[in-house]
Amino acid sequence: MKTDRDKGKASRGVATAEKNISLTVNGKPYELMVGKDVNPDHTLAYTLRETLGYTGTKIACDHGSCGACTVLMDGEAVLSCTMLTVECDGKKITTIEGLENRETGGLHPLQQAFIDNTAFQCGFCTPGIIMSAKALLDKNPSPTEEDIKQELAGHYCRCVSHYLVVKAILSLAEKGR
Amino acid sequence: MGGEYRHIGKATPRKDARAIVTGKAEYIDDMKLSGMLYGKVLRSPYPHARIKNIDTAKAEAYPGVKAVLTYKNAPGWMAGVPYHRPVLDSTVRFVGDAVALVAAETEETADEALELLEVEYEQLPAVYDMEEAARPGAPQLHERIPGNVFPRGFRSIGEKALQELVMGDVEKGFSEADIIEEATCAYENIPNPLPPEPPGVIATWEDPEHLTLYTASQSAPMNRNFAQPALGLVDIRVIGMQCGGSYGTKNANFIPMAHAAALAKAAGRPVKVYFSKEEHFNAYTLRLGSRIHARIGIKKDGTVTALQGEWFVDTGAVSEMAQVQVAVGLGETQLLIRCPNWNMQPTLVCTNRSPSGVVRGFGGQELNCALLPLITVVMEKADLDPVDFFKKNYMAPGAGFYWRDGIWRDYRGIDFSKAIDKGAEVFGWKDKWKGWNKPTVVNGAKRIGVGVGLHGNADIGEDESEANVKLSPDARAVVYSCVSESGMGERSALCKMAAEVLNLPLDRVNITPADTLVNPFEFGLVGSRGTYAVGSAVIEAAEDARRQLLELAAPVLGVKPEELDTKDGAIFAKNNPQKKIAWYKAMGIARTITGQGRFETDFSLCNCMIIFAEVEVDTETGKAELLRVVASTDCGQIIDPLVLEGQLHGSLGSAGIDTAIFEETVLDKDTGHIMNCNMIDYKWRTFADLPKFESIMLETPVESHRFKAIGVGEIAPAPGPGAVLMAINNAIGKRIMTYPATPDKILKALGRI
Ligand code: FES
Ligand code: FES
Repeated sequence: MKTDRDKGKASRGVATAEKNISLTVNGKPYELMVGKDVNPDHTLAYTLRETLGYTGTKIACDHGSCGACTVLMDGEAVLSCTMLTVECDGKKITTIEGLENRETGGLHPLQQAFIDNTAFQCGFCTPGIIMSAKALLDKNPSPTEEDIKQELAGHYCRCVSHYLVVKAILSLAEKGR
Repeated sequence: MGGEYRHIGKATPRKDARAIVTGKAEYIDDMKLSGMLYGKVLRSPYPHARIKNIDTAKAEAYPGVKAVLTYKNAPGWMAGVPYHRPVLDSTVRFVGDAVALVAAETEETADEALELLEVEYEQLPAVYDMEEAARPGAPQLHERIPGNVFPRGFRSIGEKALQELVMGDVEKGFSEADIIEEATCAYENIPNPLPPEPPGVIATWEDPEHLTLYTASQSAPMNRNFAQPALGLVDIRVIGMQCGGSYGTKNANFIPMAHAAALAKAAGRPVKVYFSKEEHFNAYTLRLGSRIHARIGIKKDGTVTALQGEWFVDTGAVSEMAQVQVAVGLGETQLLIRCPNWNMQPTLVCTNRSPSGVVRGFGGQELNCALLPLITVVMEKADLDPVDFFKKNYMAPGAGFYWRDGIWRDYRGIDFSKAIDKGAEVFGWKDKWKGWNKPTVVNGAKRIGVGVGLHGNADIGEDESEANVKLSPDARAVVYSCVSESGMGERSALCKMAAEVLNLPLDRVNITPADTLVNPFEFGLVGSRGTYAVGSAVIEAAEDARRQLLELAAPVLGVKPEELDTKDGAIFAKNNPQKKIAWYKAMGIARTITGQGRFETDFSLCNCMIIFAEVEVDTETGKAELLRVVASTDCGQIIDPLVLEGQLHGSLGSAGIDTAIFEETVLDKDTGHIMNCNMIDYKWRTFADLPKFESIMLETPVESHRFKAIGVGEIAPAPGPGAVLMAINNAIGKRIMTYPATPDKILKALGRI
């Protein structure tokens, strides 16, 4: 897989080990060749968006301080802009595109809860927030309001959808009880 | 709420909800055009410098680079009001100002090419303080802006655009006053509204006369309306993408647009310019700086008799359209304070820092926040309850105001006292308010204080909108309205209004993309004009389409059109609902019906929001914590309760309430650098620090709108900072007159440092 960014790198002759990175994204396996598909300085966020086309993952700060790029890695919420793809060999990644039921195409209950509560305004922070919420609910199906707020503390939402987000997640937490 | 309507007033899923929660909503950085290049900007390390020499040879020769532009070869397009800033210039005027542009095959190549540009600067003296900048002998920023003071007014808002606020006789007013106070107060923390998505544009020239722009904008058509004259009247087609937050900042989007368009022209290929967060902090739209030296006179009962002063407004290195913000600010302050005698003289100044521009609050928040500490002083002297003072002084039927166009308007909207009273009741104001400088609760070193702020804007019917509504025989409707979505849910609200008129299920009504090629004229989604201005155009278009539909059905059913009604794609006789036909029977299957609507500016109405705040101050550490907010408004008729609630919550975001506690852009006045230009050092409110928030949304019908509604979103943040500052002052029993009240200021006021 040749990407735009690779051309720039190749011209500078970055040293590349011939090594494959295996990634599973939303259940789909990818083999990425270092130096070809992935450069050593590519972040996971970059690879997901630019190389693999999972643009549902957003980048706002690109410096690990806003939560927009949150994805699940082996079930844990991580900031994909702070991880290098070359360090993610063998990892299972879930992005916002992976939440819908693969068979039925139906929405994940979290997605439905966000729709029902209009828990977004511009929606740019939303994929990251939903991924963190999923990690939380997977671990703790009935979190308290305080648990939710603490879990989401690293997510920047400038429109201030916080209250409706908490309400949306709580509506599921109550079902989990 | 929504009792008499099918859709209006009900919480319905946003039209784009599914796209947003599945990650399919397409934002500007999710888009790639074939052959697209990446544009990058070399930014100035100096606050003021002349470019003595710039060597582009190495960058031009770098593989993958397709265009390099400097002031020498860039198009001569001009920005600002009046035009004073070339798109690229031989002088740079703030740290982060554009020096050169590069377009390359990849982002990385473009970044690398920037490093190959060799620039020799001659540093020039810089000025950062607005009053210093306006003094003789100050370093001069622009040849076209002598003395660093912008000419007043802006022709596009009218020949008589409000340039100063002069009315009555201030001397007489002061002679009638019982209490007169004078002070300097400032709201000049120049915070960054900082939408999560950085600004971005993709430009592509179809031919030398046709430019297409894909834009992350709050008001896609404004990109065309503003850029077209600047670009020599070429045809510009603008397509609005899903916009990741704007809060005013991404309206006209001129500078990124001009950079992308210039590079695309030079390279002959599409170019994307997308800022990094660092660029977003250093070179994109801060709030205006605002400082007043003013004198106010009031009677003991809270009647304001005179207000006189100088209002300094700092727009940074460029005025995007700050003259309009000054005019609107002067207008809005008359909504806040009914006073027969004014003399408020604004001075709009440029300084060597990143430009201010359009931000939610639009001059009004900046002026009112600066005035509020002064008003607080006289209220205190007269021992007036601020809620009573606001209620007495806020715009009401029988009063009027000069609006931005310099023309007097008699106010013909609703009385907002109910919203004020209801807010006070829910907050428990009567119990919590202990008088000026008195905390509500003292708990060891911690003290709780309360405060209140109020704001309104007569922009809800500003400027023009046009819309079409197309009906098709399969009982569907399409709204043609050039409205982009940056979070206010307006595209869905417009569909609801059309669905209500046509009595169709909501999923049968859609809206065109915000594309200027296909849609009729739209000013843009600015201020709170979506509901009344844009909405009324859509409603009129839907009514027109409905009328045509019933006229087509009448002969088929043998009934007069006015005796017919329609529901869910059937047309029936009102007095005999059994007598009905489907739309396609009336229309035939090879026809559509298009209704047209237009809205003309109406400045005679305003909205209103009152915010009550409860703040706890730790007198040992100086930390202020916002505990509780009650926001109350009267919007005539709710269109969607959850969307409106979200707008009210927005008072905590977009450089709003928190500009009274911790939000500020910290400018190093020795080097001109912004010290907190990242999302860790720039402070923002997190999920873990949410105050208790209660929203009150009353519905007193406003007759001007078919569904009796007015918009209110834009003003949500504006009353907040004043309320919080008042609460802090009451908590500590001392007076802080500038924002934000950071721990050092609080401890200083308490005499602890
Ligand atoms: S984009 Fe990764 S944390 Fe902000
Ligand atoms: S919804 Fe816009 S930033 Fe969260």
